[in-house]
Amino acid sequence: MGVGIQVENLNAWYGTTQSLWDINLHIPANHATALIGPSGCGKSTFVRCLNRMHETNPIARAEGVVRMGEIDIYKDASPVEIRRRIGMVFQRPNPFPTMSIYDNVASGLKLNGFRKKRVLDEVVERSLRNAALWDEVKDDLKKKSGASLSGGQQQRLCIARALAVDPEVLLMDEPASALDPVSTAKIEDLIFKLKSQYTIVIVTHNMQQAARVAENTGFFLTGKLVEFAPTTKIFTNPSDKRTEDYITGRFG
Amino acid sequence: MNEPKLIPMPQTVVTAPKMDAVPSGDAQPAQTRLAAPSVIRQFLNQKSSGRVPDGLFGGLMLICALSIFVIVLLIVFVLVRDSRLSLHAFGFKFFTGTVWDPVSGDFGALPFIYGTVVSSLLAVAMSVPLALLVAIFVLEICPQFLRGPISFLTELLAAIPSVVYGLWGVFVLVPIIRDQVGPVLEKYLGWTGFFAEPNFGVSIFTASVILAIMIFPVISSISRDVMKVVPPSQREAALALGATRWEMIRISVLRNSRIGIVGSVILGLGRALGETMAVTMVIGNHPDMMKNLFAPGYTLASVIANEFTEATGDLYLSALIEIGLALFLVTIVVNAIARLLVWAVTRGNAARAH
Repeated sequence: MGVGIQVENLNAWYGTTQSLWDINLHIPANHATALIGPSGCGKSTFVRCLNRMHETNPIARAEGVVRMGEIDIYKDASPVEIRRRIGMVFQRPNPFPTMSIYDNVASGLKLNGFRKKRVLDEVVERSLRNAALWDEVKDDLKKKSGASLSGGQQQRLCIARALAVDPEVLLMDEPASALDPVSTAKIEDLIFKLKSQYTIVIVTHNMQQAARVAENTGFFLTGKLVEFAPTTKIFTNPSDKRTEDYITGRFG
Repeated sequence: MNEPKLIPMPQTVVTAPKMDAVPSGDAQPAQTRLAAPSVIRQFLNQKSSGRVPDGLFGGLMLICALSIFVIVLLIVFVLVRDSRLSLHAFGFKFFTGTVWDPVSGDFGALPFIYGTVVSSLLAVAMSVPLALLVAIFVLEICPQFLRGPISFLTELLAAIPSVVYGLWGVFVLVPIIRDQVGPVLEKYLGWTGFFAEPNFGVSIFTASVILAIMIFPVISSISRDVMKVVPPSQREAALALGATRWEMIRISVLRNSRIGIVGSVILGLGRALGETMAVTMVIGNHPDMMKNLFAPGYTLASVIANEFTEATGDLYLSALIEIGLALFLVTIVVNAIARLLVWAVTRGNAARAH
């Protein structure tokens, strides 16, 4: 089961430029939460602060409290543990090109020292099934490289790779923006299915996508969280004028 | 809302546009019917004919590429032609003979092949871990302000002439290996038989250390450049799975750049096999094949450099040129083996993302 995430007074900087201003929000467990907003509004920065990926950029810095369940992710755990427990899928599919499909999915577990072959086989199959990729790749799991798949398959492989370490939260940073409509639909179906077991945060430019998959939606603008509400409310009756302008396409 | 206006390109006022499509039956001058072309279009229409055509460019490239074959074949031809005396006299036994006696005219190249191969492989074994760790450090861990100096010094090492390395070897390295390093290695690793008395400081081991320093910049800077092009998304993929920094380097940086890294090692090995001056000055120049690495040795390149000027008699000269041929063959064989290794390791997942 997933856990919820509580964000309090989160501020972030790149060098001296502040990119997030006082973000407060609660991401409920076992739901999909969408983050929308124009390019450069801070939504990617925000999700990267949730699993401490922003720390991999030497000039990035964040302040504030992010709690996953009972754990303060900046105080109570190492970034390595946080990233294992909060999985991430990126905008561009990034499978390991020198590894087979099987090794790609098993890579997270192998890193953590997991070696039992029978269990590994099971986890790989389960993760690939959950990522809706099993039927397409089951015959050449160990023969084909992760890079030999199509773009949409690669992205589902990356989702399977993230699922294999059984994270509590799954962050998706525009997971379908580099994909064609058919692959996008597959990814959306997947998100729908996955949220029964995982807490999902999805950054998207596609407002229909947010409306289709997410129970809650947050609207970011110039580093601030303008509005956070149930998706139906955001799209039918937003309380902020700027949200309304954005979703009706009047700017952005 | 304001409709933005499209700003037109500047127009020319000169003559009619050169266009083949002008209907011939029309009496009117072209410029009155057609608007004058923009400056840009006119420039491009004139320009396209004056450039180097692709065919010519391709031909030039082909000539350059073919010249490599010609050069290699010429080298082989000259080596074989000028060593035919020795080839006739000793045949294949030249490569297996262990005696090198110019006085009685008996020539065998095996001790030199041994010295070359052993000193080079040892140098690579010493240099590769150090070079890779430095490359990784500079790229992934090093604070920004240290990056420039380390890279600069690494490349400076490559620019030092080999005779200077040799001098440094004679006056600094030889005493250190004789008095400090030697006794320690003999004490702890003496049982292997590789490190034993007598140790005069001039030895295959000393030559290997010098070579290791000399090939370090090649391996380090090339592998650094190869690792640098591993996309950041690969690093993020590993980190997002909960990899530590070393694990990230192992599964995304090193794994993705291993072919290039092996390439850099092959280049370094090539340099070590052919290096002459520095090795000649510290290896002891004695054609022996001892298991003891502290014993003096001799390399193919060194014997040519040392004895070419004093080669009296045609057979002696011819034997030295055949030594050159042997060096050529050793280089080819070592490179072939290295490539086979790469092929064996990467087989099955040849597909790469970019």
